[in-house]
Amino acid sequence: MARAVTNNRKIINTAAAWAIGLLIFFPILWTILTSFKTEAQAINDPPLFLFFDWTLENYAVVQERSNYGRFLWNSIIIAGGSTLLGVAIAIPAAWSMAFVPSKRTKDILLWMLSTKMLPAVGVLYPIYLLFIKFGLLDSVIGLTIVLMLINLPIIVWMLYTYFREIPGEILEASRMDGASLRSEIIHVLTPMAIPGIASTLLLNFILAWNEAFWTLNLTAAQAAPLTAFIASYSSPEGLFYAKLSAASTMAILPILILGWFSQKQLVRGLTFGAVK
Amino acid sequence: MGQITLEKVSKTFGDVEVIPPLDLTIEDGEFAVFVGPSGCGKSTLLRLIAGLEDVTSGKMIIDGSEATTVPPAKRGLAMVFQSYALYPHMSVRKNIAFPMKMAGIDPAEQETRIEQAAAALNLTDYLDRKPGQLSGGQRQRVAIGRAIVREPAAFLFDEPLSNLDAALRVGMRMEIGELHKKLATTMIYVTHDQVEAMTMADKIVVLRAGVIEQVGSPLELYRTPRNVFVAGFIGSPTMNLIEGPEAAKHGAHTIGVRPEHIDVTEGEGTWSGVVGVAEHLGSDTFFHIHQTGLAETITVRAPGEVSFKHGDTIHMTPRPDLIHKFDAKGLRIE
Repeated sequence: MARAVTNNRKIINTAAAWAIGLLIFFPILWTILTSFKTEAQAINDPPLFLFFDWTLENYAVVQERSNYGRFLWNSIIIAGGSTLLGVAIAIPAAWSMAFVPSKRTKDILLWMLSTKMLPAVGVLYPIYLLFIKFGLLDSVIGLTIVLMLINLPIIVWMLYTYFREIPGEILEASRMDGASLRSEIIHVLTPMAIPGIASTLLLNFILAWNEAFWTLNLTAAQAAPLTAFIASYSSPEGLFYAKLSAASTMAILPILILGWFSQKQLVRGLTFGAVK
Repeated sequence: MGQITLEKVSKTFGDVEVIPPLDLTIEDGEFAVFVGPSGCGKSTLLRLIAGLEDVTSGKMIIDGSEATTVPPAKRGLAMVFQSYALYPHMSVRKNIAFPMKMAGIDPAEQETRIEQAAAALNLTDYLDRKPGQLSGGQRQRVAIGRAIVREPAAFLFDEPLSNLDAALRVGMRMEIGELHKKLATTMIYVTHDQVEAMTMADKIVVLRAGVIEQVGSPLELYRTPRNVFVAGFIGSPTMNLIEGPEAAKHGAHTIGVRPEHIDVTEGEGTWSGVVGVAEHLGSDTFFHIHQTGLAETITVRAPGEVSFKHGDTIHMTPRPDLIHKFDAKGLRIE
């Protein structure tokens, strides 16, 4: 229920929300600003905020030195592929957990989630060996599979939560109407869950896009996505803050734009099931 | 053909036996109503017939062939749910077309059947709307339309009217009744409302705790209830059940007298009591009479013009040939 809030209260609340929002966004803002400075300005003391000579030089240098397009393409393929593959596998799994639960369903869900609590580095060695064995090192396919597996528990959980909100009677009605299991999932369940599936896709695309541990450890040159592109500007050539910032900005820009246009879906996705 | 036979069918959920083994036959073209209080297993029984629940033991025969393990999609039955269970993302037209699409019926034929169903159910103007844009009554009609187009062996209705308001309920009751007359297809209808059961059924199946208490036509159940439970459940207002010395006079453990089978007078009568509440319906008046020495309250149905007030002492005479007698186990004594 909405509570009556005085005007003063409202102003204070709004100001506080903006302050917190800016605080959280500040590192990204600073990265973007730094990307337009020269290397000297970037390490200036005191730091320069808005008043410096804006330049696009860093972007030109970064683009010249490395093939941004290739990294971007790898990111899109790996993040998109792993998300789509994950959702395709997770829909039937979430269907069975939501609509034909067994005594162990809750345990299985928790067990799946518990795999996310293990530090990734703990399984780096076995996965690395597997990758060598199957010739998957530095391959887009290998990375897509690994990221899909890494995010699968979250995808299943999210879809399970959405599916639980769909009245079982509607699925029963489709069964009475002669739908096979396949038709039931394709014609009834999936279209009804589209908002939920969309936010799941979105969130997992972002998670896969930002994933750095596996992408850095399992790729070299061929399959390297944007995370590797940023990393390549950090240490090997000394700290060039402005160029690093330009590379970072280029890497996060696509996902930032995507997030901006889909924030409604994202918020809905993240708070789904929290309020009934 | 839509005969449905249940042979020793039972259902247990975990350790709980919801339906002990029961036998039941519903004849082709019959309108059968399952009625009983909440939790009596009537919906479970319907879901067993639909195939939405698996039977624990026993055999189910639909249309002459064994259907015990046949999945719901293959049983050739159509179901109308309490919540309507329409597909919210599809238009009314697509909702109605869905079972035909699943059956692979030719699109032109689909269109003809949709038009026919829509005309019969007053839905022609709403075919392109989504279920969310319809009223409760219209949604229920769409659910019925979706059921009739596939020309099923039998219709299953699971409390289809309980989400509608009283006026609409009476209207839809008649529409379903007329539909049954027109299609002459087997219908099984689940309700907790004995008025719906009485007005619609060819055959009523009264259930309590998963056990069939009696099967019969509405008037059979009204006139010769097999036991105290059926006597008390069928009829509105409910039958007066009297135990003790008054019952013993009739050689019974319990006697039952319907409110409409008691005459009231100011003067002489078999029993007497004090009027508690008088409910004036216009056509009838229901008197709830206390201090009779028979039961806590005796309900009497009198013509509308009979007027007694709260606190009046009145006399009552049950019609002797309409007194029901039951033994100590609650079974009817003929």
